[in-house]
Amino acid sequence: MIIWLTIIAAGILTYATRLSFILFYGQIRMPSLMERALRFVPPVVLTAIFFPELLLNDGNLFLSFGNARLLAGMLAIVVAWRTKNVVYTIVIGMLALWILQFFFS
Amino acid sequence: MHANKSYQVLHPARNEFFSGIIAELPLMVGVIPFGMIYGILAISVGVPANAAQAMSAIIFAGSSQFVSAQLFGLSVPAIINLFTVGVINLRHALYSASIAPYLQKLPTRWKWVLAYLLTDEAYAVSIIHYQQEGDDRIKHWFFLGSGLTLWTTWQLSTAAGIYLGASVPASWSLDFTLALTFIALVVPAIKDRASLGAALAAGLVAVALFNLPLKSGLLAASLIGILVGLLLEGKS
Repeated sequence: MIIWLTIIAAGILTYATRLSFILFYGQIRMPSLMERALRFVPPVVLTAIFFPELLLNDGNLFLSFGNARLLAGMLAIVVAWRTKNVVYTIVIGMLALWILQFFFS
Repeated sequence: MHANKSYQVLHPARNEFFSGIIAELPLMVGVIPFGMIYGILAISVGVPANAAQAMSAIIFAGSSQFVSAQLFGLSVPAIINLFTVGVINLRHALYSASIAPYLQKLPTRWKWVLAYLLTDEAYAVSIIHYQQEGDDRIKHWFFLGSGLTLWTTWQLSTAAGIYLGASVPASWSLDFTLALTFIALVVPAIKDRASLGAALAAGLVAVALFNLPLKSGLLAASLIGILVGLLLEGKS
């Protein structure tokens, strides 16, 4: 039940965000500090989510050449930087993880 | 007479609609695997199939669905899940502000429909179209065409992923596609020192504070990251 309430609330929230300026054009203005801050929101939130996925193992720092997720993630960062392509980044990162896991296990 | 008149009005609108579909199609190369991976991931972390599909229809925002499904899997409190979705989707306020001037003369029902279809991909092609020459009175048909193309593709590809999801074993580590997707979205978006500093600060703080209760480290990391970005931007 809670999952459904969360989904509906998240849907309303997302829709309200999309509708905001379209519906109230000219009546609301974005404060300039907020406009400047919004630019940083996507990279900041997404990085805060994926960094622990690469650097932590069960909540503990895992800095080692045995950390397949860290190595595959670093390769994916290079691929994303050079190609700017979502599909290449995911496919190459995933293949790297599988190969590394195969050798480390 | 009446039929002839409506033909003249409808025909350019129909052209706009199909132009919107055609402009959106190349983006589907990225959207289809993304949708399928989302479906597979949602099932693999334990989200029920109907809820996973409902997220695609109700939230309709890929990266936030990824994170939300992941957080459901970790049994994170609903309020944190909701907050995270809200933060990730804040960028849509920028799209809304940017495209709003072009939609002002439309009837309100059009605004409600187009706002629902305002995704990264539909915004990207529609805003370019609005900024080009042409008849601004019918360009909302282009937006509608691109938006519906994305919507349909997203629903079908997530359904395919959900269908496949149950047959994918955990040893495939498909949850890692979340981190990879974020890398693919973040890295090209880092264009200056300020955004690089903001992302690095947020990532490192998130690692340091990972074990705080209720995933509150994510909130702290985001705020610190934004602050670092604003400070670096002010300097340069």
